[in-house]
Amino acid sequence: MQKDGGAVGGDAGREEGDGLWEVAVDRERCIGSGICVGTAPGRFVLTGGRSGPVRAFVGPDGAVLDAAESCPMEAVTVRERGTGRLLAPEE
Amino acid sequence: MTVSGETYAYPFSEPHRLDLDPFYAKLRAEEPLCRIRLPYGEPAWLATRHEDVRTVLGDPRFSRAAALERDEPRMHAHLRRQGGILAMDPPDHTRLRRLVAKAFTMRRVELLRGRTQEIADGLADAMAAGGDRADLVEQFALPLPITVICELLGVPFEDRGDFRIWSDAFLSTSKLTGQQVQDHIESMNGYMAHLIAERRERPADDLLGALVRARDEDNDRLSEEELVQLAVGLLVAGHETTASQIPNFVYVLLTHPEELARLRREPELVPRAVEELLRFVPLGAAGAFPRYALEDVEFGPVTVRAGEPVLVAAAAANRDPEVFSDPEGLDLGRSDNPHVGFGHGPHHCLGAQLARMELQVALETLLRRFPGLRFDGGPDAVVWKTGLLVRGPSLMPVAW
Ligand code: HEM
Ligand code: HEM
Ligand code: SF4
Repeated sequence: MQKDGGAVGGDAGREEGDGLWEVAVDRERCIGSGICVGTAPGRFVLTGGRSGPVRAFVGPDGAVLDAAESCPMEAVTVRERGTGRLLAPEE
Repeated sequence: MTVSGETYAYPFSEPHRLDLDPFYAKLRAEEPLCRIRLPYGEPAWLATRHEDVRTVLGDPRFSRAAALERDEPRMHAHLRRQGGILAMDPPDHTRLRRLVAKAFTMRRVELLRGRTQEIADGLADAMAAGGDRADLVEQFALPLPITVICELLGVPFEDRGDFRIWSDAFLSTSKLTGQQVQDHIESMNGYMAHLIAERRERPADDLLGALVRARDEDNDRLSEEELVQLAVGLLVAGHETTASQIPNFVYVLLTHPEELARLRREPELVPRAVEELLRFVPLGAAGAFPRYALEDVEFGPVTVRAGEPVLVAAAAANRDPEVFSDPEGLDLGRSDNPHVGFGHGPHHCLGAQLARMELQVALETLLRRFPGLRFDGGPDAVVWKTGLLVRGPSLMPVAW
């Protein structure tokens, strides 16, 4: 899977991404372990015992991929903005 | 400066069964960060409030790796840890943790539930076949998590006896000399290195096989030493904690008959009951794994200076009235339960989902199979581990 977000995905017939990533946390699944907050400092914040992204759209940043791969509940997703292509977690 | 200006000897008292020393509650209310001194190593701070505990465990201004260069506060002279996942900081820690995290997600763990149930049923069958009484520790609580973690990793069944002896050395250190502990650790490392070499020759589909592939496909991802240490760490961490919690949970239930009756009436409460018991049981008998401040960090009137170590009292945080209603009470139906029984932040227990599943299966199986479960000889017949490590019975006679 192509993972360095600088390169735009470009599956034929799809819209192109604009180089930004969309970070989301499923707050229903999140158990507030704080792993994402510790793994990608400044990218996630715990409110009311659940995590959420500090900013929904970020420039390519390996740390947010690490956070999505490390979340025990697979509650964090990182997608390419525009195409919606899933960058992490790996399926 | 602290409120009292005093440095307390820690732990505050010899642990008694699963009682929490009331001094924790006093500190939490009056001196939420206090100075303590463990039997070995430099003096430290102790955090007792839920919010502060989460800051110490989750804030990147606190480091585990820094402990390697310091005279770490600790319980035993010889417990100087040489590394491992719990002694690393992001991003090194992240690299290692990512590799194994996949195997321990909720989804992957659910796939192991059926097999775990089979193992638990087999153990319950053997207990029932033996009559109407048993030692819950030896006959149920120890074999369950060992079997699960050994199967997950790919440790052959016939080696489990040796493995048990070595792994006891990691946590039940009181009876062993430093040299014996060191010898056991080396035996375990050697054994793991041998299993890993086997996977190289004959690739396998177990977790060890997957870790070997991660190491061999991309040399930067995992050094040989890290690979061995990680595998040993999983074995060690994966069983003493869970094996202690099973009889701890049963002990709490049998000493809270109304809550036990409620759980029998409403077995669908088991997942919540497990969370509540994780909150309620003070598993760690003393502080372990101190964090070092990388810069000055303020906690109200107290400033932890850069370079100072802080320990957390998870059991005290788990009874913080700011967070939990009726914190001293056991409520198996408690719905909002952000306990820190699995820690918090980047080192939040890797095996938490696995442990939860095992504990759910264990409780549900014991309740279903032994409706008359009780202490054989009363609670006083339970023998508790000593040595100020992880609390739990070493012998728990039960009857049904
Ligand atoms: C609730 C309490 C505890 C938990 C959750 C816990 C958890 C763990 C974990 C996860 C590991 C594997 C770490 C790694 O791979 O680096 C480990 C190893 C170890 N723990 Fe604990 N532990 C606890 C209490 C203690 C205490 C109180 C002591 C002793 C004072 C202790 C001594 C050790 C030792 C000696 C090892 C092996 C170290 C090594 O591989 O170098 N633990 N424990
Ligand atoms: C009831 C059972 C368990 C309890 C209460 C427990 C508790 C904990 C706690 C409190 C920590 C954090 C220590 C710290 O940050 O200072 C931890 C870490 C860890 N646990 Fe567990 N644990 C349990 C079972 C397991 C199991 C079954 C496994 C493995 C398969 C496991 C593997 C680990 C590992 C590898 C770490 C270190 C994680 C890291 O440093 O990133 N634990 N555990
Ligand atoms: S790692 Fe996952 S479960 Fe933990 S706080 Fe982040 S989103 Fe929630």
